Amino acid sequence: MLYREAGQFKATYAEDSQIFPIRQDKIGFWVLMLVFGVAVPLLSNEYWLKAILIPVLIFSLAAIGLNILTGYAGQLSLGSAAFMAVGAFAAYNFILRIEGMPFLVALVLAGLTAALVGIMFGLPSLRIKGFYLAVATLAAQFFIVWALVKFPWFSNNSSSGVVTAQDVTILGYTFVTPESKYVLTFLIVALMALLAKNMVRSSTGRAWMAVRDMDVAAQVIGFRLMRTKLLAFAVSSFYCGVAGALYAYTYIGTVEPEGFNLDLSFKILFMIIIGGVGSIMGSFLGAAFIVLLPIFLDNVVPVIFGDSLGAGFVSNFQLIVFGGLIIFFLIVEPHGLARLWQIAKEKLRLWPFPH
Amino acid sequence: MARQIGDVIVDLQNISLRFGGVKALTDISFNVKEHEIRSIIGPNGAGKSSMLNVINGVYHPQEGQIFFKGALRKKMEPHEAAEQGIARTFQNIALFKGMTVLDNIMTGRNLKMKCNFLQHALYWGAAQKEEIAHRIKVEEVIEFLEIQDIRKTPVGRLPYGLQKRVELARALAAEPHILLLDEPMAGMNVEEKQDMCRFILDVNDHYGTTIVLIEHDMGVVMDISDRVVVLDYGKKIGDGVPEEVKNNPEVIKAYLGTSH
Amino acid sequence: MQFFIEVLVGGLLSGVMYALVALGFVLIYKASGVFNFAQGAMVFFAALTFVGFQEVLPGWLGLEADSSVVFWLAFLLAFIAMIVLGIATERIVLRPLVNQPHITLFMATIGLTYVVEGLAQMTWGANVRGLDLGIVDEPIAWLMDNYEIGVSKFDLFAAGVAASLVALLALLFQYTKVGRALRAVADDHQAALSIGIPLQTIWRVVWAVAGFVALVAGMIWGARNGVQFALTFTALKALPVLILGGFTSVPGAIVGGLIIGASEKLAEVYVGPFVGGGIEGWFPYMLALAFLLVRPEGLFGEKHIDRV
Repeated sequence: MLYREAGQFKATYAEDSQIFPIRQDKIGFWVLMLVFGVAVPLLSNEYWLKAILIPVLIFSLAAIGLNILTGYAGQLSLGSAAFMAVGAFAAYNFILRIEGMPFLVALVLAGLTAALVGIMFGLPSLRIKGFYLAVATLAAQFFIVWALVKFPWFSNNSSSGVVTAQDVTILGYTFVTPESKYVLTFLIVALMALLAKNMVRSSTGRAWMAVRDMDVAAQVIGFRLMRTKLLAFAVSSFYCGVAGALYAYTYIGTVEPEGFNLDLSFKILFMIIIGGVGSIMGSFLGAAFIVLLPIFLDNVVPVIFGDSLGAGFVSNFQLIVFGGLIIFFLIVEPHGLARLWQIAKEKLRLWPFPH
Repeated sequence: MARQIGDVIVDLQNISLRFGGVKALTDISFNVKEHEIRSIIGPNGAGKSSMLNVINGVYHPQEGQIFFKGALRKKMEPHEAAEQGIARTFQNIALFKGMTVLDNIMTGRNLKMKCNFLQHALYWGAAQKEEIAHRIKVEEVIEFLEIQDIRKTPVGRLPYGLQKRVELARALAAEPHILLLDEPMAGMNVEEKQDMCRFILDVNDHYGTTIVLIEHDMGVVMDISDRVVVLDYGKKIGDGVPEEVKNNPEVIKAYLGTSH
Repeated sequence: MQFFIEVLVGGLLSGVMYALVALGFVLIYKASGVFNFAQGAMVFFAALTFVGFQEVLPGWLGLEADSSVVFWLAFLLAFIAMIVLGIATERIVLRPLVNQPHITLFMATIGLTYVVEGLAQMTWGANVRGLDLGIVDEPIAWLMDNYEIGVSKFDLFAAGVAASLVALLALLFQYTKVGRALRAVADDHQAALSIGIPLQTIWRVVWAVAGFVALVAGMIWGARNGVQFALTFTALKALPVLILGGFTSVPGAIVGGLIIGASEKLAEVYVGPFVGGGIEGWFPYMLALAFLLVRPEGLFGEKHIDRV
């Protein structure tokens, strides 16, 4: 009875094409924003902010990036983590080498650097598709990590490429406490998620989806394949790059290239599969799921199986659960948690009179 | 009749198309005049779809020349053909399966939209205005083709006949000069065929759109076409007004077969 | 010059080992259209299972650890484990996903990779283990004495194994009923089904054969580098091999393997020093990428024409 669109008539096309056309959704959204923007930083403890909430936000951003490329434009990438690495190291170098570089500018520049690298590795997509392209993105994954380790310039000559992020200062305020870092991350991620949503619901997004669904037809109605695909690579890498910079600056502080390995790329891929391929909201759900699952298993597995099994058992058990879930979702609900959420809403719309 | 058939707008001269060793089209010449309904008929595998693919740049013939609006056309990519005002539908429906009917038809207007992705990201001012302006145009097409009730449905869920109609809507949304229709009525029942005929004639009548049509239903072809070209095994065996073609012995032979 | 030949031959022979992994990919791709990302994990799983049985069998049966009974029994049990894995994969992963887009199946095999890796390490532990096939990794004395070229006996042995495996598979495909059915399935699933070829049985057979190939590859790789998790990364190198050779071509897998093996070693030795070394890790992928731009269909693949 609470969730109805009856009586909410749309008199203009602008009203009809809002992100949340139904009033209850809009209210729900703002409640959510208030909870996560204001209540959470006020009420959460340090562990939750540092170990769960900040990484969930950052991975959501990376997942949005991959979702733009894979979910919307249909180009499978196995190299998201490498583009995060580019963003992290680019931000580090911009701040290190340019006197007085403002943090937010460095963040944008980091994203742009990643976008540039993304375009370079996106070029093969003009001639190849599907898993051929997936293998090509592996080249990006391995090459970028190697280059960051091998050329000491990137890490200011530190051994094996380890860098420590500088302080984050905006307009004289230095972000030290987890609460402040969380709020900063939250604002950036929320803004970029909105921009992404706007892109995918307008002509840019339609071009991506057209290329994804049937590239010959897309060309025939006038989309330029090259421009569309490379734009997807650029925007996607921009998002991953900013996520990588945030990963270094508001999350773990000290990063090394090897931390952005193939495993992390797969994790981000898993986030969009579980959260929902081709859904911005799904990116958040998937990131939360993948961050929370290991923590959940760490706490639950010893209780069920006893403590004697050791850390190796838990981590292998995690591998199996991760892999199993991916297969499960692909079989049972290929559109992920986002789709389940939608189905729940549709049910709610009819409740309590389902016929 | 309000429309008047104009000058030759597409002129194909001595086109030959090969895939490896397979000859799809051999030395074909034919033209399309402005505002006319031009049909291409022929048995399966005669090269009809290949013809359309040559016209809108999906395939590039090895030999021959294409004149478009009087000028010799260089090797042209499909999106360039679209920019020149050529739209088409496909034999096996080529809709974007993951998108709604509305979004599918909106893609048809992409060439007329000028905002870039940054403006889209902000979705403010120009981008929003543009989106709404084109939405109005799209709604006109939706109304014209009588598909209002399905505009928010994902196309994958629609029955075949409606999908064909949505595909026509997408092509019409581009406001094309030339519309290439590849078997728009295949697999339809009589009623659906009648609807589709009505739409095609209306488009031709209202907007003066030139139409190149591939169709197997001879009744329909002979009824609505101004001129008909007949292909068999990649060769042209007949060309002219419906009456001429109907009585052409070569055409009759190709369709009915002869004893050798 | 001797040095160049040594590097080249060493590269070619290690390329044979890549080809061995790639072969498993090609088999599965041909028969079921699945790009099996988990082939690398299967190699690891097979090798670990073999070594694991070698460790526990002497205790169970009261035999000497180096007895050949233990060796062959472990081999047999590992093979059975691979068959079980293949059947389970067909039943649990492939069958529910039949007729899904290729890319969905591909992602499912990434999930499968995690499951297989987790299962292997959970069962046998994650320690690095040695694997002894009784062939020493030392230069062939005759070549060394006469031409001063060092070619490892072990590499030559590996090449021999690979060659016989390919020959065996070729015979299987060409001359048996299963092989004929398999080629039919590779050509067109629907058509094969309609003339009464049991698709699921064929897939199970193929996964079992791919499991066998993985076992052989895993034993050779394991003997070379030790049985450890890093094996899965080495196996990933089979992907650029496939791109060079085309996904559906057995000779392509072999030739691609040779090219990748030789070029990565040559690049490491002659280009590596200028850029700080370690380029073996990415060079094959970059080579494959460059190659794709020139010839997207691979060396032996067929050119694909989009029909609309």
